[in-house]
Amino acid sequence: MKHVRISSAAIRPDQELAALEGLGGGALASFTGIVRDDGGVTAIELEHYPGMTEASLYRLIEAATARWALLGAVITHRVGIIPLGAPVVVVGAASLHRAEALEATGFLIDRLKTDAPFWKRAHYADGTAQWVEAKASDEARAERWV
Amino acid sequence: MKLVYFASVREAIGLSSEEYDVPQDACTVGDLVARISARSQAHACALQDLSRLRFALDQNMVTGDTLLGTAQELAIFPPVTGG
Repeated sequence: MKHVRISSAAIRPDQELAALEGLGGGALASFTGIVRDDGGVTAIELEHYPGMTEASLYRLIEAATARWALLGAVITHRVGIIPLGAPVVVVGAASLHRAEALEATGFLIDRLKTDAPFWKRAHYADGTAQWVEAKASDEARAERWV
Repeated sequence: MKLVYFASVREAIGLSSEEYDVPQDACTVGDLVARISARSQAHACALQDLSRLRFALDQNMVTGDTLLGTAQELAIFPPVTGG
């Protein structure tokens, strides 16, 4: 089971992960990214490249499935304006035992950060907005999986 | 060729996409970006720092030295920041 979804509406991690529960595995690992209050941020805005974004997420799932014995994996990413405290991204992986699901989840979110065409803009309480800069620390984390 | 722009590049140019006739002597992505820069002051400003730009040719990530070949779409954007 491999599933990628881009949503302009609110996402619920439990709903996104539900399909991974019935695959017969003993392990389901997941990561949820949430909008945090980073220096007065009230919301973030996510832009994507329709078509390429979905394809790049699917390729990450294919790469994870080739590397670890997974029963399934999902990536759901929200786009548009996302308020403080709301989920931005949900990544999940299911496997027979925990090691594969845990490692694959780390791989998927680390590589999503550097490979998938999304761009984030932070909105602040004073009405201003600013594009978020890519972080060298994200590159370093993604490099761990090469 | 269709040119598509995202995020800060889209805002600086003031367009999300445009059609462009690729000059005969533009062989690589880098050649083409240099030619696009000459279209207007806004293009020049948006595309001046190549180290802060990323490219996708027909929706695959590429570098400036990639040959254009028969590609139909070039996307230009800043480093990605999803998740």
